Amino acid sequence: MSMNVDLEPAVLTVSEVTRYIKDLLESDLLLRDLWIRGEVSNFSRSTAGHIYFTLKDEEASIRCVLWRYVAEEQTHLPADGQAFILHGRVSVYEVQGAYQFYVDLVQPAGVGALYLQFLALKDRLEREGLFAPERKRPIPPFPRALGVVTSPQAAAWRDILHVLERRYPLVEVILAPALVQGPEAPRQIADAIRALNRETDVDLIIVARGGGSLEELWAFNEEVVARAIYDSRVPVISGVGHEIDFTIADFVADLRAPTPTAAAAAAVPNAQEYKATLQRQGGRLAESIQRQMAGEREDLRYAQETLLRLSPRAGLERYRLRVDDLGRQALSQIEQRIALQRERIRSRTLQLTTLNPQATLERGYSITRRVDTRVVVKSVVQVAKGDRIGVQVTDGQFEGTVD
Amino acid sequence: MSEEKPSFEEAFQELENTVERLEEGDLTLQESMALFERGIELVKYCAQLLDEAELKVKTLLPSSGEGYKLVEYPDEEGIS
Repeated sequence: MSMNVDLEPAVLTVSEVTRYIKDLLESDLLLRDLWIRGEVSNFSRSTAGHIYFTLKDEEASIRCVLWRYVAEEQTHLPADGQAFILHGRVSVYEVQGAYQFYVDLVQPAGVGALYLQFLALKDRLEREGLFAPERKRPIPPFPRALGVVTSPQAAAWRDILHVLERRYPLVEVILAPALVQGPEAPRQIADAIRALNRETDVDLIIVARGGGSLEELWAFNEEVVARAIYDSRVPVISGVGHEIDFTIADFVADLRAPTPTAAAAAAVPNAQEYKATLQRQGGRLAESIQRQMAGEREDLRYAQETLLRLSPRAGLERYRLRVDDLGRQALSQIEQRIALQRERIRSRTLQLTTLNPQATLERGYSITRRVDTRVVVKSVVQVAKGDRIGVQVTDGQFEGTVD
Repeated sequence: MSEEKPSFEEAFQELENTVERLEEGDLTLQESMALFERGIELVKYCAQLLDEAELKVKTLLPSSGEGYKLVEYPDEEGIS
């Protein structure tokens, strides 16, 4: 019996051998955790939401499964004719006796290459100095004319217009339309930046695009765009994608804004803030002038007081009183003197009256004068024989001749 | 105001200078009054600019020849 057993070949059921194969595959370290690159075909989705496709290259193909719950977590889904790099494990679908690749991560095959390209360009341009901080130009505080390079169909453009309208409607906006994704985009974006520089007098440019996948934002990683930004005469603000997205354009731009909306807000001042500032300035003007006027008024009052104090009028007043006094004194002295004189005159008159020759004459004396000289004759020697003499008495005179 | 209306930036800058000069002092009352009046004029002018401004938008499009042309936005070619 045991010999029979030993001699007879072991016969396994289909299930047994299939499980054996399955165990073998699942215990293999490589097959449990591997990346496979290939092109997708025969893409189909079951009613339950699971995805089935074939991954192939020139010489082989492998059946792939993407369970619905895994598919829901992917940012990219396989699509026919496109190359992908898939992560997963190899196992066996026992019902069909087929080994399959159970996918848990889907990446477009291009991404790796693109990312390498991105790093290489970034490195090259950085070494060339396109990102140098000292090369960043300041954003004008009050842009007069603002160029916007974006797609007018996109939400980004609406967002930008809305922000500009609300914050600073004084700015003149010049839209330079450009496709912002696809093979034409890099050239169009670069041309738009150059045209704004050449054809208009904008003093600031925004380059913007809303959020999207790495491929959708790819135009902003192209060298031609980086060069156009670098060569721009006026400063450039980039607003590409979301906060987390960094593109070459962001590195070259004079200012990187995280989104188109943020780019618009960074481009112009906020008029509402300026209204408040204007009010403050008006207040400062008024305060300043009031302060000076109060000062001037104070100075004026002081000067007035000083003037009054130093005025000759006060002195004059004193002098006038003094003059009055002196006048009065003088007057009384004069009056006294006049009285005195009058008294003297009276006494002299009395004296004179007593000394009057007339009185003497009346007492019987007479006055003899030479007629020729009218000299009073007081001595005999004054006259000679024949001289005519006049004799004055009380009531007149008579003449005679000396014998 | 000068013949060509100054931009908001120019007017605002002049206003700031005016306020500073006035606050520095060292001016005759007459000079100060002149500055004050100019300042108030500038405040009004700037506020008016902000209040009355309407966003002007143009589109720069390649023209049929070599160059470009500026058209009002939204333009007749239907970009809106």
